[in-house]
Amino acid sequence: MPEAPTPTRLQPPPDPRVDYSVPVGDTVKTTTCYMCACRCGIRVHLKDGRIRYIEGNPDHPVNRGVICGKGSAGIMTQYAPARLSSPLLRVGERGSGEFREISWAEAMDIATGWLKAVRETAPERLAFFTGRDQSQSLTGFWAAQFGTPNFAAHGGFCSVNMAAGGLYSIGGSFWEFGEPDWDKCKYVLMFGVAEDHDSNPIKLGLSRVKARGAKFVSVNPVRTGYSAVADEWVGIRPGTDGLFVLALVHELLRNDKVDLDFLARYTNAAWLVVRNPGGADDGLFARDGNGAPLAWDRTRGAMDAKAADLSPVMVGDYTLPDGRKAQPVFHLLAERYLSPEYAPEAVAERCGIEAARIRRIAAEIAQVAFEQPLVLDQPWTDVWGRRHEQTIGRPVAFHAMRGISAHSNGFHSCRALHLLQMLLGAVDTPGSWRYKSPFPRPIPPGPPPAGKGAKPNTPLTGNILSFPQGPDDLLVDDAGSPLRIDKAFSWEAPLALHGMMHTVIGNAGAGDPYPIDTLFMFMANMAWNSAMNPGEVIRILTEKRPDGEYVIPHVIYSDAYFSETVPYADLILPDTTYLERWDCISVLDRPIGGAHGAGDAIRQPVIQPDRDVRPFQEVLIELGARLGLPAFVKEDGSPRFKDYPDYIVNHQRAPGVGPLAGFRGTDGSKKGVGEPNPDQLQRYIDNGCFWRDHLPPEQHWYKHANQAYLDGAKAMGFIPKPEQVVLQLWSEPLQKFRLAAEGHGERQPPDHLRERVRTYCDPLPIWYPPLEQQGADLGRFDLSAVTQRPMAMYHSWGSMNAWLRQIHGSNKLYMARSRAEAMGLAQDDWVWVESRNGRLKCQVSLMEGVNPDTVWTWNAIGKRAGAWGLTEDSPEAVRGFLLNHVISEWLPAQEGFRAANADPVTGQAAWYDLRVRVTKADGPGVTEPHFSTLKDRPGAPPRPEVLAYNAKSPA
Amino acid sequence: MNPAPSIVFFTTASGAGYGLLFWLGLLRPVGLLPQAPEFALACLALALVLVTAGLASSLLHLGNPQRAWRALTQWRSSWLSREGVAAVATYIPAGLFGLALLADQPGLATLAGLLAAVGAAATVWCTGMIYASLRPIPQWHHPLVAPGYLLLSAYTGMALLAAVSALGGVVGGLAGLIVMLGIAGVVLKLAYWNRIDGMRPAATAESATSLGFIGKVRTLDPPHTETNYLLREMGFRVARKHAARLRRIALVAGFGLPVLLALLASLSGGVAPLALMLAALLALAGMLVERWLMFAEATHTVALYYRGS
Amino acid sequence: MTCLPDPVPGAKKLGLVIDLDTCVGCQGCATSCKEWNASGHSAPLPDYKPYSAGAEGVWFNRVHSYEAGEGAAGRTVHFPRSCLHCENAACVTVCPTGASYKRAEDGIVLVNHDTCIGCGLCAWACPYGAREMDEDQGVMKKCTLCVDRIYNETIPEAQRQPACVLACPTKARHFGDLGDPDSAVSRLVAERGGQPLMPELGYKPVNSYLPPRRRPDQVPVEDAPTQMDIKNPVLRWMDRVLSRAEG
Repeated sequence: MPEAPTPTRLQPPPDPRVDYSVPVGDTVKTTTCYMCACRCGIRVHLKDGRIRYIEGNPDHPVNRGVICGKGSAGIMTQYAPARLSSPLLRVGERGSGEFREISWAEAMDIATGWLKAVRETAPERLAFFTGRDQSQSLTGFWAAQFGTPNFAAHGGFCSVNMAAGGLYSIGGSFWEFGEPDWDKCKYVLMFGVAEDHDSNPIKLGLSRVKARGAKFVSVNPVRTGYSAVADEWVGIRPGTDGLFVLALVHELLRNDKVDLDFLARYTNAAWLVVRNPGGADDGLFARDGNGAPLAWDRTRGAMDAKAADLSPVMVGDYTLPDGRKAQPVFHLLAERYLSPEYAPEAVAERCGIEAARIRRIAAEIAQVAFEQPLVLDQPWTDVWGRRHEQTIGRPVAFHAMRGISAHSNGFHSCRALHLLQMLLGAVDTPGSWRYKSPFPRPIPPGPPPAGKGAKPNTPLTGNILSFPQGPDDLLVDDAGSPLRIDKAFSWEAPLALHGMMHTVIGNAGAGDPYPIDTLFMFMANMAWNSAMNPGEVIRILTEKRPDGEYVIPHVIYSDAYFSETVPYADLILPDTTYLERWDCISVLDRPIGGAHGAGDAIRQPVIQPDRDVRPFQEVLIELGARLGLPAFVKEDGSPRFKDYPDYIVNHQRAPGVGPLAGFRGTDGSKKGVGEPNPDQLQRYIDNGCFWRDHLPPEQHWYKHANQAYLDGAKAMGFIPKPEQVVLQLWSEPLQKFRLAAEGHGERQPPDHLRERVRTYCDPLPIWYPPLEQQGADLGRFDLSAVTQRPMAMYHSWGSMNAWLRQIHGSNKLYMARSRAEAMGLAQDDWVWVESRNGRLKCQVSLMEGVNPDTVWTWNAIGKRAGAWGLTEDSPEAVRGFLLNHVISEWLPAQEGFRAANADPVTGQAAWYDLRVRVTKADGPGVTEPHFSTLKDRPGAPPRPEVLAYNAKSPA
Repeated sequence: MNPAPSIVFFTTASGAGYGLLFWLGLLRPVGLLPQAPEFALACLALALVLVTAGLASSLLHLGNPQRAWRALTQWRSSWLSREGVAAVATYIPAGLFGLALLADQPGLATLAGLLAAVGAAATVWCTGMIYASLRPIPQWHHPLVAPGYLLLSAYTGMALLAAVSALGGVVGGLAGLIVMLGIAGVVLKLAYWNRIDGMRPAATAESATSLGFIGKVRTLDPPHTETNYLLREMGFRVARKHAARLRRIALVAGFGLPVLLALLASLSGGVAPLALMLAALLALAGMLVERWLMFAEATHTVALYYRGS
Repeated sequence: MTCLPDPVPGAKKLGLVIDLDTCVGCQGCATSCKEWNASGHSAPLPDYKPYSAGAEGVWFNRVHSYEAGEGAAGRTVHFPRSCLHCENAACVTVCPTGASYKRAEDGIVLVNHDTCIGCGLCAWACPYGAREMDEDQGVMKKCTLCVDRIYNETIPEAQRQPACVLACPTKARHFGDLGDPDSAVSRLVAERGGQPLMPELGYKPVNSYLPPRRRPDQVPVEDAPTQMDIKNPVLRWMDRVLSRAEG
């Protein structure tokens, strides 16, 4: 149902036993939730300074008043005994847990000393990596100011395939980049979405979809959560989504169910591709003297592909004026995907989906897109200046997330999905997937990544995480070796837009490409669930050189809680909880914009810390000033920013452009671009801690070619020029990497990577078996193994929460009942799960709704004994387990070259490529591997035997 | 259902005490018992000690025993309240009975004793009905449950009475009554166990979830991964083999041996006091096992939500 | 007191309607309930051994998940379980003290924590597991239908609903008067065929569960095999006239 029916005003019956109208609290403050990355607006009710109640903010555009299981339990995250309470300095060996509580003054002196030495000699020897924080515009800027290219957040092991696949295809993607038109779609297909991004908007959207009777199809090996409420569940084999999508493409092409008009107008389908096998220009777009791409006009021949009066041909062989041969992009893609290898019959077995079912789904999609178009009486004007009286929609919407992203073929699977959207004409139309502000952006957007020529005491210019256009933009030296410690933007992962956090510690341990001095991490549990192989990370963090020094000499870690990583750091900078700090959900990073306009948000402290802790961002800004980073000091060397709020308000990345887009200008009347407003934060607070812009209706659709929208986006500073964003079926940047691999150009991959780059940098989407599985003994490891995030837990952040850990205190390995029973396994039996990388011991749980060749478990429930403020006998440590223990961060060695277990284009960690076998285990019912119990830190508070939290009565 | 020791002890001890009081009040006027006031006073004291100990034990089961008096107020709807009222009310004739005996008022003693017997029977009936009225627990919501409580109370009461009587040198027909009641108890328990073994649950996972129209309902994930009050209180399970062994123990120790000992006592007067003492102790021990099983073998519909049908 | 109130024609029967077709099992209702009630009418809702083995606590709302049926017809269903505020509430009639009571005016079943003796009999009498003992205070606690929210004059009117209903991100929970056949919740129950739980026990629950919807029929596609119908299928688009003019 769309909205809960509001009851008529109720008169309370007389009942002296009930106090009907107790005020909820004495104060209520709005802020932004951080129990996951969804960024919902919340209202926090306080009573005598303690939290009484956290509810969804009904005015907030993200969650519209609803709140999930995690958000409602935030109160227990706030008061968890696992909270760190003061800075800590390691005094014993790493991992021993021997710490000394120190003052912030001492902590800052130590950190400054270590960092200064690095910056003065070789700034790249600082590796600064953050986890799921929401302040990457600050942390990335800080890293560039420091002068190290070695910065990234967790995107490399989360969903960079999704981001890169989308940004290089349609100038947007899923989650923060775009969303299904929940209110108008008639058919929605969701791929590989468990709880992942974004939590409450998906739930709100699905309820609307179901209330309208639209069809919801979920493609996922596991039938839980969203898949449980789907009208059709497609229990696909992990890693084959791209193949399934390309079979749908095959069917649409075979039945001529593609939107040629849309393709001709809004994509590069008509652009001519030079056909010159072996030549340096093969596969590049034919361009005119000004560099403008060419298409073949039916009457006038080769001409500017962007011309308003173009009447293009979509297939055929043509000869350019200079004599070269060329074919339209559509011709090339039609030829490829009409090939029998993509026919439903050819892929059915591999995907685990019957051919007839693939054909039916393709027919249903085509039927909705072309027989049931949405026609809105909404005029709009395109980039050619033509006014359309109506807005035509193809009401088939898509959403996808980690289930296809976390594979080594995920980039191309995501591209395939966008190809499907483009063929249907279902990009930013009524009822289809839609861009969320500030997208669309040019394809690819922005300048190339910064990071070349790191020099002592010198900032890097530009963004460290940005968008290569071709080989010249890679961060490699003249020999082709990576410049970054994680090897992002190298030939091993040319489009590693979010870095490759999962390789940092491994590479640093091996000194490959060079050793580092200081590892500085924030909110990244790398010694446990954030690592693909925690045991190996622990080994490297405790490894020493012959001279007795640690291989990674300094580890600085900031976290709010006693996570498994804390004992492996030398200096702990305790962070606040999310309710004790300022933050900005910035337009420079990942704002909360929607299809109807830009938006961003803040966090404000709703309660004061009762511990000696400081918000990490504030610490970072002070460190920047202490180190004399130019943007963080005034001309006289004094700190430029008093604190983080001062930075949020007054920092300008470009003139008039700051972290927050709303209430700019001295009187708060400007949006997007405007002078800093000293009252900006108060204006946000007055508005419920968010700001939302509202596009006029004529700008709601076809934003990639909607002139009024593009003009507005330019004015807001979102795009450099108000030009059409032509959707890219054929990706020229990828072809440039391929040409380099084929021996063209000055920058070419080293020989051992040539074939890899040539194969995987295909300008059209391809499908290949996940890298780990290529040449592997799939008979021996006969099951795919994946994880899902439970809805009531956000990665590791939950086990310290007294309420959430009752819901998920331990996890089991779910297995198809038929498969398990054939193996003689019963519910709750203990089993060994063995992969090429090792084995673990856990309990099985039998179920019906899972692909029979797949096993799975909930993510990050298993905890190391002693961590997170829990006793060592806690179920998280005794029966909970991490699948990570049998994953490897490396692929099986191929001719001496150690490749990351990652997508070869983007470097995305391939968590879900794992193959295992399961056998019955004997022995005691305790999970293995079972690491030694972590020693608790000094100053840890006692754990109560009974927790009777009640904000009504004084503590 | 969780066999909480306080409740198992309560119903066993109080049941025996009320049984003793019942027989004392009923049989004394008809001359089946020694007429010495000391005998009756001893029996009465024993009965009241058992009853009071049982009731005290049941108070231990309460979260707020200091408020127990409130339980006397809802006799119109609640069998537990009725039990409380009946238990308290029974003290009055029982007390009068004692006073009359001390004051050598035989008429009043007879009357009060009979009234106490009625009160005892009523209290035990209420106890039985507490269980028998609970529809979510089919093993309790059964016509044999309340009569069973009465019968077993009468049996253990008789065993006690006979033992005390034998100590006072009189065996008489009481041993025969033990035999009769014991056999009746065995028949009842066998019939009861026979019924509950083939018993259909009060509901099914399908009706509990309303999902039966789709097909068989299986549990996938519980709402919490550790235990909770519901599972500890109502999710208790006993292994079938273990239960079968305990049933045999209850039958042999609680009924078989006491009946044999009672027969022995009635055949040979010399060993009667010892045999009947032993019979009473065995009967009480057997009742503890029987009462433990009464709980352990009872299943509550809430378990359907956690374990399916 | 613990006698059930005599049925009054037209009396309110406040309750919840829970849509099993859209519940995704996020536990939002469970924790928002816990959070509201921890400091509400029934405060506190204690948790035992909160940071060690055997952690458990008092909750009024528990979300199970089930699988029903097999094969293609099978479904996964998330199932929130809480007090159903039965018309024939045996949990009330068994109460020896009168602490448990059902209100004639709105049908809400409540416990008076000042008079409850903590005997636990009401929990035994409830087939649905809706009552959980606060073993710290020794009194029984249960869903109050947020009686301290729904009539609360200090809360904006639109939010005078149970916490679980406001929280539910898929809008799978609805609150209203099920005694009024014209109320939104009653119409929902009528339209969607709302079901009582364990009707055979005769407790007449007020809360109703909307069953998962029947799935739309999946019509197989009448389709030729995948051999290409024409020799060079790409060329079929050769003569397609396209323009950027209005289309």
